[in-house]
Amino acid sequence: MNEGQAKRDQSHGKLVTRLVLLAIGMFGFGFAMWPLYNVFCDLTGLGGRGVKVIENATVPEKSDRQVKIRFDATVNSGLPWIFQAKEKSMVVSLGEMSEALYLAMNPNDQAMAGQAIYNVTPPEASLYFVKTECFCFTEQVLQGNESREMPVYYFIQPDLPENIKEITLSYTFYRDENFDPLALTAGSASSSD
Amino acid sequence: MSIESTHSHEDHTHAADHDDHHDHKPSSLLDRWLFTTNHKDIGTLYLVFSLLMFFIGGSMAMVIRAELFMPGLQLVEPDFFNQMTTMHALIMVFGAVMPAWVGFANWMIPMMIGAPDMALPRMNNWSFWILPFAFAMLLSTLFMDSGGPAAGWTLYPPLSLQSGQNFAFVVFAVHMMGISSIMGSINVIATILNMRAPGMTLLKMPLFVWTWLITAFLLIAVMPVLAGAVTMLLTDHFFGTSFFNAAGGGDPVMFQHIFWFFGHPEVYIMILPAFGVVSEIIPTFARKPLFGYSAMVYATASIAFLSFIVWAHHMFTVGMPLTGELFFMYATMLIAVPTGVKVFNWVSTMWRGSMTFETPMLFAIGFVVLFTIGGLSGLMLAIAAVDLQYHDTYFVVAHFHYVLVPGAVFALMAGAYYWLPKWTGRMYSEKWGKIHFWLSAISVNILFFPQHYLGLAGMPRRIPDYSTQFADFNMISSVGGFIFGASQLIFVGVIVHCVYKSRQTATGRVWEGAKGLEWILSSPPPYHSFNTPPVIDSTTMAHADESH
Repeated sequence: MNEGQAKRDQSHGKLVTRLVLLAIGMFGFGFAMWPLYNVFCDLTGLGGRGVKVIENATVPEKSDRQVKIRFDATVNSGLPWIFQAKEKSMVVSLGEMSEALYLAMNPNDQAMAGQAIYNVTPPEASLYFVKTECFCFTEQVLQGNESREMPVYYFIQPDLPENIKEITLSYTFYRDENFDPLALTAGSASSSD
Repeated sequence: MSIESTHSHEDHTHAADHDDHHDHKPSSLLDRWLFTTNHKDIGTLYLVFSLLMFFIGGSMAMVIRAELFMPGLQLVEPDFFNQMTTMHALIMVFGAVMPAWVGFANWMIPMMIGAPDMALPRMNNWSFWILPFAFAMLLSTLFMDSGGPAAGWTLYPPLSLQSGQNFAFVVFAVHMMGISSIMGSINVIATILNMRAPGMTLLKMPLFVWTWLITAFLLIAVMPVLAGAVTMLLTDHFFGTSFFNAAGGGDPVMFQHIFWFFGHPEVYIMILPAFGVVSEIIPTFARKPLFGYSAMVYATASIAFLSFIVWAHHMFTVGMPLTGELFFMYATMLIAVPTGVKVFNWVSTMWRGSMTFETPMLFAIGFVVLFTIGGLSGLMLAIAAVDLQYHDTYFVVAHFHYVLVPGAVFALMAGAYYWLPKWTGRMYSEKWGKIHFWLSAISVNILFFPQHYLGLAGMPRRIPDYSTQFADFNMISSVGGFIFGASQLIFVGVIVHCVYKSRQTATGRVWEGAKGLEWILSSPPPYHSFNTPPVIDSTTMAHADESH
């Protein structure tokens, strides 16, 4: 009986160790989802992750096929700006370098900085989307009551799958909370000295 | 004080002298309940705790239904309404249904497999006693300036990241519930794999034991993932990381993937033990062995496996590649196959059986019928193309309440009535049990069936106010809700009467057709049962005959 008890305790130990390791491993797996999800997004273009940023891209030959590009603009509630696409949509040929204009305005008295984050739907379309210049590459500072046109230069690669007829390019502006407008004016004042 | 401690000291000596005495229980309340390592006492603690949580979560549901009784804002502020929907879900899922199943596991698994106790009794004590602290923490947020969590039980960012200071309490409460569940599951697995009586092979185990074994593996696999997800929310909220913050390069959609990787197995964690209980009860009252025992085991395992590869059907509308939508749609529909096998087997068990309709059987049959309705609306939701319309409407609310209330909760009620005479040694009032069943079964349909129509007509979920065209169905639903809520007080009355007042004693077997090791013990069973393993005899076992 006692020997059996000891044997049983020993096998509890082994089993419990394995189960605890499984639990710890699954806790790690939750965090491993982060890099795995990034890889998945890069492969499928999910979250606009497929968009290529090439500043001096050679534009491929223009094709006869045309697609409709729609432009969407959102401002995060933390940033009191007005932000919209100048044209809601345009029809472009594949392989044609195009320009889209967004309009941003800061109706407040103080300067603010915002960073635009983009997304593309359908996700697989982002794999064929090339940007050569975009206001989203850098942080944008708008002085109080300043408004500015913000251009995007892009083209769609001609090998875009046949089933994609419309592509939406969407931007959301987020506020840079660390931006200090006083530091900016102080900095520009000292440089003008 | 000193008198008391002397008294308990004497008790210990007494216990040492009579170690073989079967029914010795610690007589001081502290020893009996706070320091207990007895599986029956811990099972009782779990069950009483979950019943308390069922009523706290239920009263929140009453606030929700009262506000939705008429269009317009009458009783509560929208923010408080959101706190009620969030807390109702968190408490019902983590406080009522899950601990109730752990309570059943504690009480029944050792008695069903002929083991003297759970494998790790001290850890068992700890896994229970974490829970009151976790839920005290969670409930305390309601009294904070920032109020309780209000972003839904799914805690989707960015909304959940806009919570106030309560958020840290919610996250730590979820961590504690997770630790409790994981420890409980390790205990269940160790008990089932190491402590079975000689001759109790895996394929002779009662189905409740089987479903809990699989549930325990699901819990160990997914509760840590939830812990990881809420930890990431915590660091995003308080420590400036950007796991789910798009402005910082994260992705809020990723949270939904991680959450539902936990969330979908979680819904099976709540329903698999229900399948087990129903598979115990129907053969007893049909007086026939369970039809297709091994098919039931394999179907349970298949459902558990599939639960890991269907999570994105909760998020068809977030924007997913077409192949993703198709994969998750077909994988989800595949679950209907093993689930259909189960429903078929329950019905076949009843086919030409000598059926009687005591309260546990009524709840079990109610489960089979009403859970199937919830399963069918689930199939509708699985179709990605139409889910775009159903998503976030009351149709979804109707669906998951059908599988959780007349599903999981009815199975809990069925199990409670089934084993209550075994636990207490007394019969409950059959008359009041039946009144409880009929009131519940009718009102639960008045409560949830109209919500299908509301959802198809486009009423969104998680809102305190609605357009007037939804008024009639909402009023019907609320009336059903109030009747259902009030009916549950009968359940408490029946239990209290059975424990303290009932004069009708129960036999060991309790039910004429009952089979299995728990029924060869007396009612109530001795405090320490099966200190010497029972002899497994094919006539006492429900599934000993493997030919069927």
